[in-house]
Amino acid sequence: MRVVFKKSYDRDIDLHEHWQSRGKMAVLAIIMIALPFLVGNYYLAEAANTLIWALAGMGLMIAVGHTGQVSLGHAAFLAIGAYTDAALMNLGLPFLIAFPVAGLFAGLFGAIIAVPAVRMSGIYLAIATLAVFVIVEELVILLDPITGGVGGIMAPSISIFGISFDRYASLSNFYWLVLAVVILVTWAYANLLRSPTGRSFLAVRDSEVSARALGINVTRTRALAFGLSSGVTGLAGALMGHYIGFFNYELFSIFISINLLLVVTIGGLGFIQGAFLGALLITGLPQLIAILRDGLNANFGIDLGAVPGLDTMLFSVLLILFIIFEPTGLYGRWLKIRTWFEIFPLARRDMFRRQKSYLKTERMK
Amino acid sequence: MQLVIGGLANGCIYGLVALGFVLIYKASEGVNFAQGDMMMLGAFVALGLGNSDQLGLPFGLAVLIAVFLMFGVGWGVERVVVRRIFGQPQFALVILTIALGFSFRFVAGSVWGYTPLVLETPFAGTNLSAGGVVISLADLVTIGVTVALTAALWAFFAFTRIGLAAQAASQNQMAAYIVGVPVMRINALIWGVSGAVATVAGVLFATRGAIDPNIGLLGIKAFAAAVIGGLGSLPGALLGGLIIGIVEPIAGRYAPGELAIMSPYIIMLLVLVTRPGGLFSQVQAKKV
Amino acid sequence: MSLLEVDDLAVHFGGVKAVDGVSFAVDEGEVFAIIGPNGAGKSTIFNLISRIYEPTRGTIHFEGEDIVGLKAHDIARLGIARTFQNIELFDHSTVLANLLMGRHTHRATNFISDLLFLPKVRREERAHRKRVEEVIEFLELEAYRNKMIAGLPYGVRKVVEIGRALAIGPRLILLDEPASGLSVEESQDVAFWIEDLRRDMGITVLMVEHDMSLVTQVSDRVLAVANGRPLAMGTPHEVQKHPDVQAAYLGTATGDDAA
Repeated sequence: MRVVFKKSYDRDIDLHEHWQSRGKMAVLAIIMIALPFLVGNYYLAEAANTLIWALAGMGLMIAVGHTGQVSLGHAAFLAIGAYTDAALMNLGLPFLIAFPVAGLFAGLFGAIIAVPAVRMSGIYLAIATLAVFVIVEELVILLDPITGGVGGIMAPSISIFGISFDRYASLSNFYWLVLAVVILVTWAYANLLRSPTGRSFLAVRDSEVSARALGINVTRTRALAFGLSSGVTGLAGALMGHYIGFFNYELFSIFISINLLLVVTIGGLGFIQGAFLGALLITGLPQLIAILRDGLNANFGIDLGAVPGLDTMLFSVLLILFIIFEPTGLYGRWLKIRTWFEIFPLARRDMFRRQKSYLKTERMK
Repeated sequence: MQLVIGGLANGCIYGLVALGFVLIYKASEGVNFAQGDMMMLGAFVALGLGNSDQLGLPFGLAVLIAVFLMFGVGWGVERVVVRRIFGQPQFALVILTIALGFSFRFVAGSVWGYTPLVLETPFAGTNLSAGGVVISLADLVTIGVTVALTAALWAFFAFTRIGLAAQAASQNQMAAYIVGVPVMRINALIWGVSGAVATVAGVLFATRGAIDPNIGLLGIKAFAAAVIGGLGSLPGALLGGLIIGIVEPIAGRYAPGELAIMSPYIIMLLVLVTRPGGLFSQVQAKKV
Repeated sequence: MSLLEVDDLAVHFGGVKAVDGVSFAVDEGEVFAIIGPNGAGKSTIFNLISRIYEPTRGTIHFEGEDIVGLKAHDIARLGIARTFQNIELFDHSTVLANLLMGRHTHRATNFISDLLFLPKVRREERAHRKRVEEVIEFLELEAYRNKMIAGLPYGVRKVVEIGRALAIGPRLILLDEPASGLSVEESQDVAFWIEDLRRDMGITVLMVEHDMSLVTQVSDRVLAVANGRPLAMGTPHEVQKHPDVQAAYLGTATGDDAA
């Protein structure tokens, strides 16, 4: 077990309390930056896709993991981001303007929705976001001239200062662009968590009444969190649009919302790392299934391809298993394994035992 | 008028699925997002038992067995899965049941395929006319069964010991335990009942058209109905269902189709914003 | 002028008169206790002051300002901090984070500077941290600084909650049953801390408490309430001897038995 001697408050304020963890992050960053030289185009594109999902997952994590606002409609913000970005670029605006505006627009939209929605608690907010999702989906079809309606819309190729970042023509550049956005957002997210704003999010999540007693404006805090959450998701949506190239409203279905929830829950609620682990799982698992399927087909003549919806089924079962057996997600499991090794042989079974809580509601009848 | 009658019957089905939501909400303060898929599964089980090319049982018997089977499914889901996440935050159940819904859809799709099927019923195609308005027998049966079922469930919660115990269990589980309410057993029972109600809704839905594994998505709309009525209120759920059932075809007639699809959700948002607890609100401020 | 003046305060829930015409004034530097049997409306008075409930009638003035028109989240800014009867801490955060949340009213950064973690934010964090360390030292919470609330014993949580209220830097602190559920030693500590709060920090204390020995030991004046109505006010001794109080609160027994 590592003992950290803290000689100044900055040790706690810094992102990493020890140079080793800082070093690990640096190594990881270098590998990610060097990835285009290490793997082929197919896996590079998959890596970009995973990063985009991680970005969207971080967006949802702010709402679900850090302020306790469950959203079943985050695909709506992906859609808003993607359509805003594509529409602005089709008007001739450069990516450097269209992209932030797309995020900003999605964020503002989210914050505006959140103002009435935050009056509702828990389950009602989840429902409201679901309703917003359906409404946005239909609006996309209605606003034919901007969105291309049912037919769909083309996300123009990106070029910044004359350098091409096209998804197909210069995949490495596109990958680096996505990576840069992800690193920037991750950094800002980590900053948020160590600052008063992040603490007020947690306060609102854990006890509304005492947050108020401490002077935290719960409505404003929730709206801010939801706005940030939808803004980041909007950025992810814009990138997703460029990644897919040509898309219509069907890209942002309710299943995407559910998959996003899966990313944050299986990854580990309340941890930035969780969004990345979850994204890795959701983009990696279909690949794994495909490989397995081909293997089974070739070796045993079992054709799993004939069973439609198998992916979704596997995801569902996985989700159920995680919720029952490991509600803290992949990252939570990793923390437990790490702690077990760090204090070996002192770990006890009861160390991580969950506390049971009993339901007590505000309902009178 | 024709629109209203059709809407009324449609609304009854939304209302019935919404009843399932309310039942589970009343008993455990959770929301079962698999309710729509339970309805779908119930309809398919009845179809599997009753249709002549499948098991070919008489219609009444098939429905009865389906209701019992689905009671078992609901009860089993509670025993095997839901009980294990007891004490976790509310939204764990939301995600869990969404995943369950996907699983049901997969099961139904694997067994019965994804092409729409028609349930054979004794009252298909029979129409009654009264005063220039044509009512199909199926609609009439739907309305009648819904009203009877809602009344029965309401009476169950208001007057029977188990019903009252279920309410107590949802308000304060710990206290309910202490005074000897078998909280777990009641929860399982309620899940079973909601499975049975979902089956009735599914069969009624199937009398009015073909079914495929994706009709479970109707659950989202029914959910809007439950919210409009207030999640804790049985009559509210029915009312919410009727409102949606009637508004939808009318909006579809006078406005673009997309607006008709949006209408239930717009109503729901309006209700949520003006009365955060639904029309029959029961939410009170938390005590500290 | 008193620090806190409550005049003819009443709140009715449906037909239930939870608080009905309570008046009292707390002077600066005083320890003022409210006692009464269960359901007498003591905590409700707290919830009215911290603006969780809307009064049916009556006024509440803090330093001469009417606070009935304010929102719940405006109260802390005036310098009124509180604890809760059933401990409302942020369970999934550390003790340190909980205390830092108490510094919210003193933040001067906004979310944009927080996102970028500008040097200003770091400077402020250091200042908050310094202030919080003083509270930790005062309440002897050093051993628990980086522990999660969820795993702490009840007595420690009670102290952390007092600490979080102190981190606000309040002029008036409302303690809702600070000694309930504590051992004799722990409630003795609470008694000392209340003394120190008043003497060293100049904080005025308004508390609801059942433990009569604690009330007698630390409070200057006591208000007894029953069924939402005031019964008697005066020194702890006077109130205990008051016939109405003995009848309503202590039954027919004497005050010594309740201690």
